Amino acid sequence: MIVAPQAGSSSVISLHWLDLAFASALVLIAMALSAWQRLGLLRGFAIGAVRAVVQLVAVGYVLAFLITTRRWYLVLLTLLVMLVAATVTATERQKHGRAKLFVISGTAMLVGAGVTLTYVDAVVLRLHPWYDPQYLIPLFGMIIGNAMNGAALAAERLTGEMELRRGEVEAYLALGASPARASAEPVRRALVAALMPTLNGLMVVGLVSLPGMMTGQVIAGASPITAVRYQIVVAFMLAGAVAITSVVVALWYRSTFFTAAEQLAERRAG
Amino acid sequence: MPVSFSLRQVEQVRGNVRTLTTIDLDIPAGEVVALVGPSGAGKTSLIRLLDRLDDPASGTVSYQGAPLASIPVRELRRRVGFVFQAPVMFAGSVADNLTIARDLPRPTSSNLPSPAAPVPRERAPRPALSPDDALRLAGVDPALSTRDAQTLSGGERQRVSIARALMTNPEALLLDEPTSALDPDVADHIMATIRTLADTMQLTVVMVTHRLAEAKAASTHTVFMDAGRVIESGPTDMMFTAPNETRTRDYLLREDRE
Repeated sequence: MIVAPQAGSSSVISLHWLDLAFASALVLIAMALSAWQRLGLLRGFAIGAVRAVVQLVAVGYVLAFLITTRRWYLVLLTLLVMLVAATVTATERQKHGRAKLFVISGTAMLVGAGVTLTYVDAVVLRLHPWYDPQYLIPLFGMIIGNAMNGAALAAERLTGEMELRRGEVEAYLALGASPARASAEPVRRALVAALMPTLNGLMVVGLVSLPGMMTGQVIAGASPITAVRYQIVVAFMLAGAVAITSVVVALWYRSTFFTAAEQLAERRAG
Repeated sequence: MPVSFSLRQVEQVRGNVRTLTTIDLDIPAGEVVALVGPSGAGKTSLIRLLDRLDDPASGTVSYQGAPLASIPVRELRRRVGFVFQAPVMFAGSVADNLTIARDLPRPTSSNLPSPAAPVPRERAPRPALSPDDALRLAGVDPALSTRDAQTLSGGERQRVSIARALMTNPEALLLDEPTSALDPDVADHIMATIRTLADTMQLTVVMVTHRLAEAKAASTHTVFMDAGRVIESGPTDMMFTAPNETRTRDYLLREDRE
């Protein structure tokens, strides 16, 4: 994530279209290798490379436009589009209760991202104006990307665990346990699975991974000390956002596995 | 004879398959009732209705004269225990399995429809069992309490799951093919235990079995099902000697000779 260089910083090398053409040689290597090894990914790489260029150039213009116009409603509209795209991606692979899951995941990400971003905006960064797109949009992008993975993992794992532990869940119900008690273990496992990537991220950040935002800031000429401080804020913000999103998804999605009479919902046919 | 469960015009559909067709049946209180019949007869579909693990597609199931839908479901399930074909042990020791069942929060009526009048109990509630007593009643040596439940044999698991069902102090116990996964001698011992249990605890017992010898030896009443219908029911002695229906005779007496 590239943060615009501060006035006076002169250390950034500007990239021209010709430079990008040189860079494309590198993705051509990937295409050549996949053709040689008959991976069947040649077409995918070609489409992927074109999509990456088109999407990034487009988003660059959108960001430039938002940063120049500085309209709060345009910023919020952009965040909403990002949220919807993330919700579609998080739920498209799930089959169980998909329409409901769309609402659940969208709401969960809105809550998870909304709470953390509002807090960072108002308490940590104290942005003026509050909707400053230069900060809000990149931060929201990172949050929503991670929240999306958390939501997808929580839903996917919960579905798997509820199927795997069907007998255990029903044994609890038959003893007069509430659906919440009966599904406590599947929910716990789904949440651990959803949060593990974030926890691992905290463990290795700076050792095996240099986060994109920090790298970008350093390349853009910010002092590494400043970049690191931003990265710490981001790491904590992501942990909070993923935790909130995953918990909302798991606890709400759980209800779709039970009927109103506290029975296991019938398995989907086939 | 007082009635425990009664089914009126009950139909059930699972997926697109009709599993029960116009069932009218009374389960007498305090008896050991065997549900027998060939595979696909609807035995499991029927017994699951009694603990409201499923709801029927149409018709009414009642307990103590009250439609199941009018009884708070958690209260029903504490008063009616269920033992599954494949016993599932919860994580932890044998004792943990029993105390988990004992310590589940008592049902509250606040979030569930409350019956117009409390559903009468089959008998005055007896004092709650201790985990060791429940284990003894189910034929498990209480010394096994500290064992990790996952390390038990199939027969031990089934006994522990029976003991676990007793921890909610039930009036009735439902067993769905409790011995089908066990060796015949282990199965016979468990059946003997269930029969003793029914007498000492004055439980109404309903059990699904496809082993006719088991039904004959352990039950006082037998219900014969075939193709989703109840063909005939009555005292076990009568059902295994002089049933009224040809189909019952063909199945119970022919299989009996094998």
